[in-house]
Amino acid sequence: MEIKKTAMDGTLESSDIQITVSKGTNGVNIDLTSDVKERFGDDIIATIKKVASDFQLDNVNIKAVDQGALDCVIKARAITAIQRALGNSEEPAWEAL
Amino acid sequence: MENKLGRVLPETLMEKLNLKPFETTVIGHPIVQRTAPKVRVSNGDDKVTNDLKKIVQDNVKDGMTISFHHHFRNGDFVFNQVMKIIMDLGIKNLTLAPSSLTGAMNDVAIEAIKNGTVTNITTSGMRGSLGEEVSHGILKDSVIFRSHGGRARAIEEGDIKIDVAFLGVPNADRCGNANGMYGEEAFGSLGYALMDANYADKVVLLTDNLVDYPNTPAPINQTMVDYVVEVDKVGDPDKIGSGATRFTTDPKNLKIANLVSDVITNSSYFKEGFSFQTGSGGAALAVTRYLRKAMIEQNIHASFGLGGITKPMVDLLEEGLINKLMDVQDFDKAAAQSMKDNKNQQEISASWYADPDNKGAMVDQLDVAILSALEIDTDFNVNVLTGADGMIRGAVGGHQDAGTAKLTIICAPLVRGRIPSVVKSVGTAVTPGDSIDVLVTERGIAVNPNRPELIDQLKNVPGIDLCTIDELAEKAEKIVGKEEPLKFDDNTVGIVEYRDGTVIDTIKQVKD
Repeated sequence: MEIKKTAMDGTLESSDIQITVSKGTNGVNIDLTSDVKERFGDDIIATIKKVASDFQLDNVNIKAVDQGALDCVIKARAITAIQRALGNSEEPAWEAL
Repeated sequence: MENKLGRVLPETLMEKLNLKPFETTVIGHPIVQRTAPKVRVSNGDDKVTNDLKKIVQDNVKDGMTISFHHHFRNGDFVFNQVMKIIMDLGIKNLTLAPSSLTGAMNDVAIEAIKNGTVTNITTSGMRGSLGEEVSHGILKDSVIFRSHGGRARAIEEGDIKIDVAFLGVPNADRCGNANGMYGEEAFGSLGYALMDANYADKVVLLTDNLVDYPNTPAPINQTMVDYVVEVDKVGDPDKIGSGATRFTTDPKNLKIANLVSDVITNSSYFKEGFSFQTGSGGAALAVTRYLRKAMIEQNIHASFGLGGITKPMVDLLEEGLINKLMDVQDFDKAAAQSMKDNKNQQEISASWYADPDNKGAMVDQLDVAILSALEIDTDFNVNVLTGADGMIRGAVGGHQDAGTAKLTIICAPLVRGRIPSVVKSVGTAVTPGDSIDVLVTERGIAVNPNRPELIDQLKNVPGIDLCTIDELAEKAEKIVGKEEPLKFDDNTVGIVEYRDGTVIDTIKQVKD
């Protein structure tokens, strides 16, 4: 699928994650900032990658600023940010959910 | 080399420093030899000066051990003033032996380490930038972390030999009689500083409030003091302690506090004349409020409250629900203020409070201790020193000491954000699991299996959901996922002593 615009979801509150999705040219790039990167960085990146692949994104830049969010939060924020970037947030993407 | 907790200790370093591995929480009845300070005899005249630089120049030499107290907390101006003069004079290779290091000291402490002024540190803890720098190995030698009781013991037995103590006070007279209760920067109890005042070879008081002779009360008195230095300011009153302690509104903390209170009131220790100590964390503070309700309902009075004193404890004293507050430090302004108003709020030294090697410390008489934790593992070992990233960001404080109470309760949320509080093995063992009796989380309560009678007392209490600590660790992992192990370099940046001076764990340098 094609990213139409840069879009964002999430806050910088504790236990949340802010995810910004923008156009990319060179595969799926994830830039993660997190206080728990040493302990959970791979998990967080894998969760976001999985969502990106559910939406069949091949080229995308994703910036994630994590404040200790749990997996379910990361997934929800990623889905919303990606749908906003795709311009289809009005239609739930059932396959991806 | 492994100690009794299975912590691997660096053999060469242990041998070099002549340290022994931790064995047991039992102290027994060893005969110990105390040390005594050198005394430069004086009739008490000519102690007052405003030339701090000359006092430093005349008394501090390369390689000495100097000390400070942390009763001014984040409002401390004393450490920075003295250290800047020491650096200007080019004095090197000092050992820093404060009762603890607060955030206000971080920048100057880092500068002093980087330019070789300070080459060794022993403290209760450190936080923020200093903790991060030390965790990255800016000191060649390892920092020795000691509990408040452990520091008192180390000073008395000569493991810490203080050459010069620089002690800030909110009042003093010309001969050095001083207390912490009066003056603009009053902080209440001088508990930790009393060790330095009694055992340092040279005692330098710094004050901005010279009062008429003789000044009373005088927990630090003229027989201990070499110099009284007048300075512009010893501290910022607004940063010494929070004004009024805020009552937590976090539902998780309130639930934990309520459960802790239920554990206490349903245990055999909740009876007329019981005693308790609480930490200063949100949940621990709230416990006092719930406990108050139960004490009124069941007409039970506490014989004493111990340790770091907060406003909720002062309220109980004033209501007649606690007979005495035994006060080694004051966490908030209200507690600091009330010391001079309440004759039953007694100032105690760190030795009286918690020293394992004396003729009886107050913690030995303590029934209930409510403490917090960064992490607790399935052997009930507690970490209050290093964070989930391996960085030093806390203090031993009185944790090991109060942990010897008959009923020691750890209260902690099961997870904080994505960081689990209950784990298989703590990053740094500070208080041994043998000391810990109950863990209270919002998701369940675990009793140490070595306390079967406590399990019997609590198992049929409605609302108390008993489970094993392994179950709690599994619940935590289910929520946050499996943690990747941290990577460390081989360099030992910190040695954590148990209160008796044996080594309970070490802290390794974090890998970038």
